Amino acid sequence: MNAPFDRPLGAAPHLEPGVHVGRPLPRPNAKRLVAGRGNYVTDMKRPRMLHAAFVRSPFAHARIVRIDVEAARAAPGVALVATGEDLAKLCTPWVGTLDHFKGMKSEPQLPLPLERVTWSGQAVVAVVAESRAAAEDACELVEIEYEDLPVLADLDTALAPDAPRLVEGFADNLCFRSALESGAVDDLFASAAHVVEADLAFGRHTGVTLEPRAIIADYDASEHALTVHHGTQTPFQFQDLYSRHYGIPEARVRVAAPDVGGSFGVKLHVYHEDMAVIGLSMLAGRPVKYVVDRLEAFVSDIHARDHRVKAKAAVGADGRILAMAVEDETAIGAFSTYPRTSAVEGNQVIRLIGAPYRLEAYRADLKVVFQNKTQTSQYRAVGHPIACAVTEHLMEKAAAATGLDPFEVRARNLISDDAYPCQSLTGFKFEQLSHEACLAKLKTLMDYDRLRAEQAELCARGIHRGIGIAAFVEITNPTPAFYGIGGARISAQDGAVIKITPSGEVRCLISVTEQGQGTEAIIGQIVADYLGVSRDIVRVITGDTEVTPHGGATWACRGAGIGGETALQAAKKLKANVLNVAAAILQAQPGDLDLVDAEVVDKAGGTVRLSLAEVARIAYFRSDTLPPGTDAQLTVAHHYAPSGYPFAFTNGIHGCHVEVDAEIGLVKILKHFVVEDCGRIINPLLVEEQVRGGVVQGLGAAFFEECRYDEAGQLVNGSLADYLVPMSCEMPDIVIAHMETPTRDTELGAKGCGEAGTAASSAAALNAVNDALAPLGAELTQIPMTPARILKALGAY
Amino acid sequence: MKARAFAYARPSSLAEAHAAFAGADGDASFISGGQSLVPALAMRLQAPQVLIDLSAIPEMRGVRLDGETLRIGALTRHAETLTEPLIRAHAPLLAAAAPFVAHPAIRNRGTVGGSVALADPASEFPAMMLAMGAEMEISGVDGMRRVAADDFFQDLYQTAIEPGEILVALHVPAAGPRHVCAFDEMARRRGDYAMVGGGILAERDGAVIVNPRIALFSVGPTPVRARNAEAEIAGKALDADTIAAAQRALDADIDPLDDAEIPAAMRRHLARVLLGRLLRKLETCS
Repeated sequence: MNAPFDRPLGAAPHLEPGVHVGRPLPRPNAKRLVAGRGNYVTDMKRPRMLHAAFVRSPFAHARIVRIDVEAARAAPGVALVATGEDLAKLCTPWVGTLDHFKGMKSEPQLPLPLERVTWSGQAVVAVVAESRAAAEDACELVEIEYEDLPVLADLDTALAPDAPRLVEGFADNLCFRSALESGAVDDLFASAAHVVEADLAFGRHTGVTLEPRAIIADYDASEHALTVHHGTQTPFQFQDLYSRHYGIPEARVRVAAPDVGGSFGVKLHVYHEDMAVIGLSMLAGRPVKYVVDRLEAFVSDIHARDHRVKAKAAVGADGRILAMAVEDETAIGAFSTYPRTSAVEGNQVIRLIGAPYRLEAYRADLKVVFQNKTQTSQYRAVGHPIACAVTEHLMEKAAAATGLDPFEVRARNLISDDAYPCQSLTGFKFEQLSHEACLAKLKTLMDYDRLRAEQAELCARGIHRGIGIAAFVEITNPTPAFYGIGGARISAQDGAVIKITPSGEVRCLISVTEQGQGTEAIIGQIVADYLGVSRDIVRVITGDTEVTPHGGATWACRGAGIGGETALQAAKKLKANVLNVAAAILQAQPGDLDLVDAEVVDKAGGTVRLSLAEVARIAYFRSDTLPPGTDAQLTVAHHYAPSGYPFAFTNGIHGCHVEVDAEIGLVKILKHFVVEDCGRIINPLLVEEQVRGGVVQGLGAAFFEECRYDEAGQLVNGSLADYLVPMSCEMPDIVIAHMETPTRDTELGAKGCGEAGTAASSAAALNAVNDALAPLGAELTQIPMTPARILKALGAY
Repeated sequence: MKARAFAYARPSSLAEAHAAFAGADGDASFISGGQSLVPALAMRLQAPQVLIDLSAIPEMRGVRLDGETLRIGALTRHAETLTEPLIRAHAPLLAAAAPFVAHPAIRNRGTVGGSVALADPASEFPAMMLAMGAEMEISGVDGMRRVAADDFFQDLYQTAIEPGEILVALHVPAAGPRHVCAFDEMARRRGDYAMVGGGILAERDGAVIVNPRIALFSVGPTPVRARNAEAEIAGKALDADTIAAAQRALDADIDPLDDAEIPAAMRRHLARVLLGRLLRKLETCS
């Protein structure tokens, strides 16, 4: 990958001194983490701490006949052994449905099962001991007798009319079904010059965070209070859940997320083991730690992206796509994930298909199908890569059918940059996007015409290079329309408290959280900018329900857009308070003063009047010298929830350049290009890091990552030796360019950029490989594009 | 993922190591670099009572030239095969394979002897012992014995090493000026176990190939000598027809496993392509 430092650090020539937003500043916490001073739950120790390990089901679907834990209870170092019944006495069940997904169903879940296991790897019995090794020793002594039940391990088996039902009493094996229809779909298909079709398949994959999931629960019976150190994105969500399911008052539940080693959506769902650990601490009366090991992660972290899509497009003779019709079948786990469900991904797939383009009609049918597999839910760029690949694969077919160049067919179909505001056929309201400008910029960035000429020349020599492009729309800055409306207690607002310390420094406590993406860095920049201080005196504190105001935290691309606006408004409020106090001290009018680089200055002329430190000293220690009645509020709180457009949509386009070794089916990714528009850029360095990281995850999906199951529902590649993640050697340089179309819904104008890299990279790669294989008469319709699939398509074996 | 408790011994001689093994009633594992054994312990796939660390046994260390033979101590790290001048000079095929072995962190600890003794059918070094015609020096309670590479690899993870025996050193015939070699592998990611890989060592007399030894890995339960393919090129110049004949003959040499990720037919195809590439590389090697 490119060194991200393609411009001098801190230098942004168009920015005035004192302006921090827009500068490519490095993350302040990066140095600490690189120095080994990170504070991860995985490494944390608490006094009197015990360790949990779990006995897991070896069967994908089975009835539990008998559990014998006596030998385990007697094993050295064991404090307690708990079964489903033990924890069911403490914890109320949960159901992962949302009210606005009509007809959705899912079986209630408990920390550990009572009668039945529904996926291979499900935790059945918990052992708590003085060390993890002792707990694992005792796990070997637990005897569980199972009786096989029919296994649903693929879509066709589960969808067959006579299929055994995964849940007794359910009418079918569908968790959720949704249909959309808009415009005269059938008429347009009947009269279209061309109809292009595709059957596409997407591999199930998972998040593979560097630090696995980790939790330490410490229940204190003397105060009926619970402290949880938890590697999570969403501490307040878990505070609410632990409080309600274990009946502990919310104010007595503290969830603290210190440094978190990557998350990508993995660490905001309820996991059975995590819920169990709370109860285990209550039973033990001691802190209990549980860290998922890598093998456990593969069978217990959420999976995602397991889709099979049948799609077609009605294409005019001029290359205009008039209508699309899609059927999406997606394989989830044995239940719907709580509290965000396993239906959001499919819902976003069918609503995002065709989103960059001007369609006249659209029809979609979504089936969300239960399987005896690990649960699925939101993982980075939820649904986007599938929607994008379906749309862009059809776009390539439309180009081929009409003899148009891929850039030209898109130019004819993209929503014009002057057509906003407008609404998609699936109901998405777009404020302002920049598809046409991004398309033009990408063509220049790639040096497209030269690449095409080179491709033709090399093809004649038997070297097969391919070029693929893919446009996307990204969902960011969600309002309560996302979860709140469905009854989930997931906040769409965020809160910040900012204070001036007695020394004149600044502390910002904010509800958005940090997992390595630089949340704290950008919040610091915004506060410095809108308060009027240097970046290095602003300390940002996140991730602790005991400390920061309540808020949604970090998910779905909201940290910059929503958290950033919260910080901005709080900083402005605090600045006004500072200037009020300064005016009282200086016997001046607040409106005549300004705060610049932590100095109170005359707005006109800029003469320095008083330092911020002096204002703080007087306010905190010599309030007696202030005029009577001076309201010296040097701490402010502010909450903000987006209330304009339901989502702030962003857009962009990717280009991928590959070379396929057609003899052996391996693909070398030569270069990847991204033009993205995330609105106002707070820190270009971090935007580019986000995009690059996202591209790598998307290329992982395109070429490597896939959770493979056998017919018995066993995950057959659940280790890092067999489940391949992209590594630096296989990754290309990633060239990035920006458009900036700020949202007018906020003063900050920022939207999200966290999904921009992942949303379209696998689609661009799929198109690139197919472009390379076209002269050989082969086509791929499945990702990951493994050597086996490429050689099969080529008829090599 | 924690290993079961085990006792640990670090003998300073082969005799002590054998005594430690005997003292454990056979429930012991020898450890050198630990790059395969430690994960197996952590996953509880193996749980010996005693772990006998071989790292302090002097005769298992070092690389030296004994006349026409290069003696490579079993404890030689993978990383040393990249840098050791004697290996580069006299065992160029091993040096050519070394950059393909895993990743730097693993190469810093993993040992050549450990890799050969484990005999993973997807590993580079065991197959290269076959290609180089190495002899394995094995220590037992009753003394030393030597086993030729051709007789060493018996089945999946099964070698001529008997329980309690220790692979002490590898004896590789030193390559001379007439030798040519080639190594390549096809892996989805750099450093992964290969889908198919192989190496060739041969002598060249003018344009003619003499005494070729072709060894492939990831094509069956053990590393494999491609004797039928060797027969097609022995005594011939490597023209296109000869290479094509060798590729056809290869089918009878290998018996790859069938799995969903890489079907047997695909491995056969890849092995044929690999052999072609190796032979063309060999031709332009000197």
